[in-house]
Amino acid sequence: MSDKPRKQIHLAAHFPGVNNTTVWGDPASGSHIEFSSFRHFAQTAERAKFDFLFLAEGLRLREQGGKIYDLDVMGRPDNVSILMAMAAVTERIGLAGTVNSTFNEPLDVARKLASLDHLSHGRAAWNVVTSWDEFTGENFRRGGYLPKDKRYLRAQEMLSTAQTLWDSWDSDGIVADAASGEFLRRPDEGAFDVHSDQFDISGRFPLPRSPQGRPVIIQAGDSEEGREFAAASADAIFTRHAEFSAGQEFYADVKARLAQFGRRHEDLKILPAATFVLGDTEEEAAENARQVQYQQVGPQTAIAFAEQVWNRDLSDVDPDGPVPSFDPKTEDDVDSGGHISKGRASVRMYRDPVATANEWRELGAAEGLSLREVVIRKNGRHTFVGTPQRVADTIDRFVQEDASDGFVLVPHITPGGLDVFADQVVPLLQEKGSFRTEYSGTTLRDHLGLAPLRSDALAQS
Amino acid sequence: MSTPPFHLAIALDGTGWHPASWREPGARPGDQFGPEFWVDQARAAEAGFASFVTIEDGFTAVRKPSDEGRTDRSEGHLDATLIAQRVGPVTEHLGIVPTVITTHTEPFHVSTQIATLDWVTSGRAGQRIKVSADPAEAALFGRRDPKAETRESLFDETADHVEVQRGLWDSWEDDAEIRDVATGRFIDREKLHYIDFVGSHFAVRGPSITPRPPQGQPVVTALAHVDTAYRLAARAADVVFTTPDGAGRDGPTGDAATTLAATRAAEAEVGRTGDPLLVVGDLLVVLDDDAASARAHLSRLDAVAPLRSDAAILAGTVGQVADTLESWAAAGLSGARLRPAVTASDLPRITRELAPELARRGLTRSAWGEPGTFRDLLGLPRPADRYAHA
Repeated sequence: MSDKPRKQIHLAAHFPGVNNTTVWGDPASGSHIEFSSFRHFAQTAERAKFDFLFLAEGLRLREQGGKIYDLDVMGRPDNVSILMAMAAVTERIGLAGTVNSTFNEPLDVARKLASLDHLSHGRAAWNVVTSWDEFTGENFRRGGYLPKDKRYLRAQEMLSTAQTLWDSWDSDGIVADAASGEFLRRPDEGAFDVHSDQFDISGRFPLPRSPQGRPVIIQAGDSEEGREFAAASADAIFTRHAEFSAGQEFYADVKARLAQFGRRHEDLKILPAATFVLGDTEEEAAENARQVQYQQVGPQTAIAFAEQVWNRDLSDVDPDGPVPSFDPKTEDDVDSGGHISKGRASVRMYRDPVATANEWRELGAAEGLSLREVVIRKNGRHTFVGTPQRVADTIDRFVQEDASDGFVLVPHITPGGLDVFADQVVPLLQEKGSFRTEYSGTTLRDHLGLAPLRSDALAQS
Repeated sequence: MSTPPFHLAIALDGTGWHPASWREPGARPGDQFGPEFWVDQARAAEAGFASFVTIEDGFTAVRKPSDEGRTDRSEGHLDATLIAQRVGPVTEHLGIVPTVITTHTEPFHVSTQIATLDWVTSGRAGQRIKVSADPAEAALFGRRDPKAETRESLFDETADHVEVQRGLWDSWEDDAEIRDVATGRFIDREKLHYIDFVGSHFAVRGPSITPRPPQGQPVVTALAHVDTAYRLAARAADVVFTTPDGAGRDGPTGDAATTLAATRAAEAEVGRTGDPLLVVGDLLVVLDDDAASARAHLSRLDAVAPLRSDAAILAGTVGQVADTLESWAAAGLSGARLRPAVTASDLPRITRELAPELARRGLTRSAWGEPGTFRDLLGLPRPADRYAHA
């Protein structure tokens, strides 16, 4: 390497989610709901000096074939609530959660996230998502009310309105001088007025400006709309592009969009999602990965995955036999609400199910693989497999060569799956000088190397 | 440890319930938005063997509409449910009861938030439901005109809100998680239930995303001054706060026995089944070494900013408060929720002086036993799941 300073790696720890990545049948697998699991996970990530914790969200239990999907881990806490509780058992690590913009109101979301930021001394982050089906709406006051073409509009207006609320107090809006009796700087601290396509609201926002000014904003999305939204407004973007060359392309594309919004290269961090399996040797790691894949895709899960492509009941298909020779049903697509799988964003990947089925059949025939083995090949790949040294080298290369700014790591075991990474990989990244050995700041913005937000005084001058 | 005959509860509200409290020595008004301020208060309440704390809330910065345009009032609110989540992991025994404004919130979200608090605290979650008829709060959400709605309708909606929360808590039976490796099933879906609630304000399908919390049904509380509110409590709550010798919007609320009788009458009127409401009286206190000093303190505070209170105000000694509470216990009340006028001075008096005095009189506990649930503390059984064996 030249004299160019090493880019610093940013790492997030994703609490294992409700999908088949999470192995629940392993003897090491613990509770997904007891607080002790969240405490363990948070404290491991903080011990390893991760930038932040992350929790995904789902506001309705998934269904397949008209029944609640029973093969994956399910049951989760409310995100902002559990992040707040984890703040009580940690001191520095950032606290990021997905909060839906469709089934929440700006005042409530802005208030909760500002409360999280205040009560954690500046560690809050919000992953802004839109809901994509009416199915989820059946749990909420509005029902499935939002037309597809309004989803991004609502997300944008939700974010800009929340921003208005977070900016509604002066930075020094609370004087609290007992002697003079002046509590508020101005009598209208918190006053706001928003009239837009989605919102028609006014009043006084109840919280002073929070320690970070506002929570860190995260956008997940690889689509054109998602990239543009992130380039305009987000501090970090989550992506599925965790392969090196695709990662470099994505990285270059998204970073190039920043200038048009008056933002600098370093103002948006690009963080692909990644899994890992370690071993003392390359062979051992590969064998471990193979075993995990078979745990993640059991025979029933293989059938369930095939049903998501074929969009029909395949319960009498043998998972250890060949890929079905008949074609998927295509008349009910995901958007029509008639798909066999409900509440699962990933089925949108199968835009052309017939082509996907052909791919699967070709792979099975070419390599003599069963249906289950094909599903594992297609869906069960781990991002990083190897010795701790190999994994550390790979992660560092991604970051130094601009394929990412770091990763969102999701272990497959709750809550202890991160421990081995913290103990064996992080020290190697630290030795390289690519990852912090201590937190240098107190807020999540500090950890991410984001410039402090402008103060009101600057904004007004 | 057996349930004491009488519960001491403390109502936390920033620097205190008196509008001048933020200017008192030790008030820490600038710290109200940080965690330490709340952790200290919750721990003090626990050290004083309080059965629970409540946490006030409001959606708008201004506590009273009449404060609009002023700069000399302590304004602003953190989200009470999140204060509760922050203090939950650093306390061990007491119940934690954040205020939830039902009018503008999603019952589904509130249900999972409170269930999460119950998981985080190993079963010490509660909530105080609050109806909002305030046009200023409605404008923050921009979705309804409270002037076009009757009070009855707002209260009915709140009863529905709680009914949905309760249904969602029960929507996972306790043993729904099976982790059956042989069949690949994590869950027994026969033990998950759609609640299919349909009411006039919302419809909610379920099941919850959160497993049934440790208490089964976290504790629901409500404040009542008038018949509508008593009926709401009788329909929806486990604990009702009343204001003996206080005043509501319709006038005096009567003495402790009167509020107890009003509660029982409301229970009969709505056909409540199951455990009767625990009736807990609210009292706003200004404490000092002697009664004259306490009254003088209140006068000084009132000169800065006048106090208006629905609950009776007692400016006096610890002994006088203990006498009042003893009389409430004799009248059949289950506890008292004290509202400290000035948190900085009154909370320490409550926890260090009043609590031992109440224990000495045999009213309250003087030690914590093994940590248990909030329902355990209140002597309420863990309810069976409404869907089990259905």
